[in-house]
Amino acid sequence: MNSGAERLPGGRWLGDGWAPAILRRIVILLVSVFVASIVVFAFMAVLPGDPAQVALGVNATPELVERTRAEFGLDRPLITQYLDWMGGVLTGDFGTSYVTREAIGPQLVDRLGVTLWLVGAGMLVALLIAMPLGTIAAVRHRRPSGTAVSALSQVGVAIPAFLAGIILVQIFAVRLGWLPSGGWTPPVRDPVEWLRGLILPALSLGLVQGAVLTRYVRTAVLDVQREDYLRTARSKGLRPYPALVRHGLRNAAVPVLTVLGLQLATLLVGAVVIERVFVLPGLGSMLLDAVAARDLLTVQGIVLVLVVAVLFVNFCVDVLYTMLDPRLRRS
Amino acid sequence: MTRNLSLLAGVVLVGLVVGTALVSFVWTPHDPLLVDASVRLLGPTGDFVFGTDKLGRDVASQLMVGARTTLYVGVVAVGIAALVGTPLGILAGMGARWLGELIMRVNDLVLAFPALLLAIMLGAVYGASTLTAMIAIGVATVPSFARIARAGTLQVMSTEYVLAARAGGRSRWWIALRHVLPNISGLVLVQSSVSFAIAVLAEAALSFLGFGTAPPTPSWGRMLQESQELLAVDPRLALVPGAAIALAVLGFNLLGDGLRDRFDPRLEVRR
Repeated sequence: MNSGAERLPGGRWLGDGWAPAILRRIVILLVSVFVASIVVFAFMAVLPGDPAQVALGVNATPELVERTRAEFGLDRPLITQYLDWMGGVLTGDFGTSYVTREAIGPQLVDRLGVTLWLVGAGMLVALLIAMPLGTIAAVRHRRPSGTAVSALSQVGVAIPAFLAGIILVQIFAVRLGWLPSGGWTPPVRDPVEWLRGLILPALSLGLVQGAVLTRYVRTAVLDVQREDYLRTARSKGLRPYPALVRHGLRNAAVPVLTVLGLQLATLLVGAVVIERVFVLPGLGSMLLDAVAARDLLTVQGIVLVLVVAVLFVNFCVDVLYTMLDPRLRRS
Repeated sequence: MTRNLSLLAGVVLVGLVVGTALVSFVWTPHDPLLVDASVRLLGPTGDFVFGTDKLGRDVASQLMVGARTTLYVGVVAVGIAALVGTPLGILAGMGARWLGELIMRVNDLVLAFPALLLAIMLGAVYGASTLTAMIAIGVATVPSFARIARAGTLQVMSTEYVLAARAGGRSRWWIALRHVLPNISGLVLVQSSVSFAIAVLAEAALSFLGFGTAPPTPSWGRMLQESQELLAVDPRLALVPGAAIALAVLGFNLLGDGLRDRFDPRLEVRR
């Protein structure tokens, strides 16, 4: 939240004291990743019953369960299992699925690619909506157009992304037939088809996040507008938008950046639902399929990747934040 | 939109959802679970205001009982989050520096497990249900309450009346209960309303994925999921529960915004 305290308009990008602050963030990130990996592992380890039994089903003979346990090393102490798993993960080996008996790592990388395209495109849509609309809503906040943008963003926030997806499919795929209703074409195979397939999922994900972001951009720009330095710029004769671009946007960027980071995390998880709506072979659908197949080692791997991704995004935001706002280096 | 208008709109919309849920306990136009093949996929008629679904169940009745599910999940999830998060935040703001730091670090870690992911993990281990959805949403929402409560506590702790109370030898407990809690309750209330909106969205998404309320209990998210295969034939089945979700979320968000202006005088001066 914005404290409303005074800001330094001309802070340097990298001044004294940034290195220890960033080093501290790196340590926090590493510790967080370590603890998160234990949490994810423990979560699956407390499972009532054992993973081999779960994967094989209730009809499996005790001998088969025992053999599978030995095959996957599930009969070893938990600590050994954890260290073995983590050791593998660090070298990109996420183990072999108890159910499909295929290596999890390569599949994970393939699926992550799809999800990252979706999230990236969704974020782009959100930014393209929020930056101009949020600024307009702030600059014209006393006029009908500003109020209309605010009201519209309020409604946008309330619509679940998957509902937006369903409506978009109904209009652009079913009624108009302009775009495919789902499915995935790799960009290397057919870039045009790939782009056509990406448009609706990215819009579904981005429209709603764009509405959320618009509200934060509006607040941030409103805050900056009340600052003395902006009033000075205006009194020098600069018109509202040029004054804002030259003096205000970087300061407005600081709070928006934090929200953007949090939103990137929301988008990563929101992609799970959108992938289901549009039948995209991303990490989310892999997770849901693995849960349905009771393939716990795969679930464990995917959850770890998603959690580490969220932690990493938050780390990047913290670092950028420290660079943009010199006061934070002291804390 | 003036601020009072947003509070009013929020109260009306939330009132509508709560009223619908309460009425559904004593009356619904039809039995929401009654399957009747003779009235499958009817459009809106006098008898069925919102029509019927693919099994011939009354959509309006399902919507009414679905409001109950939505509120139930929201109340329990936000309840868990507020009851755990608020004391943690106060502790982080009032306790020793290392304790505050530790609580906020754990908080950041919990933030890395969004509600949807937690619910899917819980569902994978214990089987998906309304209970796992509520716990997951609740746990994932704890950090927002802890953050708000800590920020509020730090502000209250720097006031002169707390300084006076400390100089007067009052215990930390006394200060926490007498000064901190009453002063941050407004913030907590605002956060509850906003978190409620997020919980409604999360429950809908989870039910949509099959990780929330199990059939046959009506839920808005699952109504949406069931409508997906019939989208080309009958978009009404998606639009009705979709609009219900959107109106409920809008209501809680507007209520939160309106309350924020009531409880945060700083904002009022600036507007």
